[in-house]
Amino acid sequence: MTALVTSTERLQRLLALVPYVVSRKAVGLAETAAAFGVSERELVDDLNLLWCVELRSPDPYCPIDLSYEGGEIVVSQAESMGRPLRLAVDEASALLIALRTLGEVPGGQDRSALSRLIAKLEAAAGEAASASSQVAVQVELPGDAEKVEKYAAQVNAAQAAGRRLHLRYYVPGRDEATERDVDPMRLLMVEGRPYLEAWCLRAEGMRLFRLDRVLDLQVLDVAAAPPPEAQPVDIGQGLFRPSPDDLRVELELSVAGRWVAEYFPCESVSELDDGRLQVVLRTPDMGWVRRLALRLGEDGRVVSPPALVDQVREAASAALANYVA
Amino acid sequence: MSKRKTERLLGLVVCLLSTRRYLTADQIRTAVPGYPEQDDLFKRMFERDKEDLRDLGVPLETGLNHPFDEDPGYRIRQQAYELPELRLEADEAAMLGLAAQVWERAKLAGAAAGALMKLQAAGIDPARFDGGDERAAGPGSAGSGSAGSGGSGAGGPIAAGIQPRLGTPDPSFGSLWEAVRDRRPVTFSYRGPGRTEPQRRELEPWGVVNRNGRWYVAGWDRARAAQRVFRLSRIVGPVKFSGPAGRVTVPDGVDVREMVHDRDSSPAPERTAVLRVRSGGGVGLRRNAISAEPDAEHPGWDVVSTRFTEVDWFADEAASFGPDAVVLDPPDLRDAVIRRLKGALA
Repeated sequence: MTALVTSTERLQRLLALVPYVVSRKAVGLAETAAAFGVSERELVDDLNLLWCVELRSPDPYCPIDLSYEGGEIVVSQAESMGRPLRLAVDEASALLIALRTLGEVPGGQDRSALSRLIAKLEAAAGEAASASSQVAVQVELPGDAEKVEKYAAQVNAAQAAGRRLHLRYYVPGRDEATERDVDPMRLLMVEGRPYLEAWCLRAEGMRLFRLDRVLDLQVLDVAAAPPPEAQPVDIGQGLFRPSPDDLRVELELSVAGRWVAEYFPCESVSELDDGRLQVVLRTPDMGWVRRLALRLGEDGRVVSPPALVDQVREAASAALANYVA
Repeated sequence: MSKRKTERLLGLVVCLLSTRRYLTADQIRTAVPGYPEQDDLFKRMFERDKEDLRDLGVPLETGLNHPFDEDPGYRIRQQAYELPELRLEADEAAMLGLAAQVWERAKLAGAAAGALMKLQAAGIDPARFDGGDERAAGPGSAGSGSAGSGGSGAGGPIAAGIQPRLGTPDPSFGSLWEAVRDRRPVTFSYRGPGRTEPQRRELEPWGVVNRNGRWYVAGWDRARAAQRVFRLSRIVGPVKFSGPAGRVTVPDGVDVREMVHDRDSSPAPERTAVLRVRSGGGVGLRRNAISAEPDAEHPGWDVVSTRFTEVDWFADEAASFGPDAVVLDPPDLRDAVIRRLKGALA
């Protein structure tokens, strides 16, 4: 694989490679390639380039001497490159913000280790650390925070013991409590919401369960046995990826209903007059959109599909009849 | 990528690191292979190289060896260049492994990976966690995208607690981070809640805050001469710098977290709602109920009591259950639900 790397990106890697080896005395090619996320061939190219560096003045000499015979890298002369370059502002900030975020999540990490690490990094980064204080992350668990923390601890315990879980789980689209067995993979906090990512035996697939929608959770006396295809989903691609089989729903939103476009991934969003929006959503769950339309009231109007338009009207008029009676 | 350029830049760094004296551009041209003979070409290339090194954070110093020297010289002081000595305990290195995954693919993910690469170069081995994304665990993930460790699958330690992830879906995040970092004022168009048209804003940004997954920028609104908080998802179009770096001063005692928190939280007191909910239905309303009893006068229905704070929020929720729920009390909540249902019918 030939990734597009700029000269300066490669230079950063080269400047880190020498101290990486020096600090470990000697280290294997394969291990080093893995640590830098490059192939062994790319790594050997890097090593050759370092070895070939030549300065011509006053007399020609090669400041870096190294070998990788037998698959083991040894740097015998590193000149003044034995230590890595200090952290840049963005680097120090990214790491410090991430660490403080870890500390924000309730019921989470070893606080003492976190604060010791933060203090060490701040000291090592020096001035580069100060900008990070201009960014803050706050996390509050939604719903019943105590319950969510309790479930998180139970999931961790099940993971440690390699056990399967039984969930009673609320599905809002159908307004239904469902029962299912799952093999837990990881707990995530994404966009302010806590999720359990697990292999669901009922759906035979990876599923994300919102911890604040778990009605009950039990650790089973059964070993978790997720199949090989049970792999964590790439969250960076977005939490929900609509499938082409999903229902296509077109909504018109008033200014007060614009939040819909911020909360749910929309296939398309177009501006209408007066700050109104036209959005297209994909969902496998007609019940969910029906409830969304009732919630929106006059701030949202279903344009299509026609079946959904009818459902919303029927539900609204039946509900209003309850108030008259 | 140009291998020759990488070689030249590397030579330049090594050359300037190993000198105590300032080296003039001419001396550098003699010492570092790869520079052209022609003066104007060399000048341009050398300027670009200096820029590149400074962008990487290499502390390039300019100075004179003697007060009478005509041309300025360059050097890199070892002490300014080097990451200071850093030793981590095993539990601290474990936290580093978790931190590396927080940004996922968001705006600062590359910077986090860069930091991790340098720490590894300092001899630190951050723990890799099972069930994490391999991609996010390796420093090479920033650009190369090739598989990082072989650590996926069984056998790795399990990360305790809930792992936070920070996304930066708002296109304005990058510019606002730079503005906050470099203390520069900005202008942007902003569509406030309930506004039909976006408005021009000029802001001295004091800080960027992520609150429960949503990004905000807090600062001094120049036109309104007041502290303001803006949600990034409501910024329309590009964020432009409206002044040079260093022009913004964050006043003492300002807490941007507090500013965002105050804006977000409602001081409304908790109240009790009483609803008639169809038996077997309204599961979502029963989840946090204080009580749920069969309704003697209406067979097939239960009377459910639950707590709420904001009328609008809870009216949305109650209306979404359609014919499965009827709000009995309080009247303002009941009216708000009826209004929504009529709206859905219109």
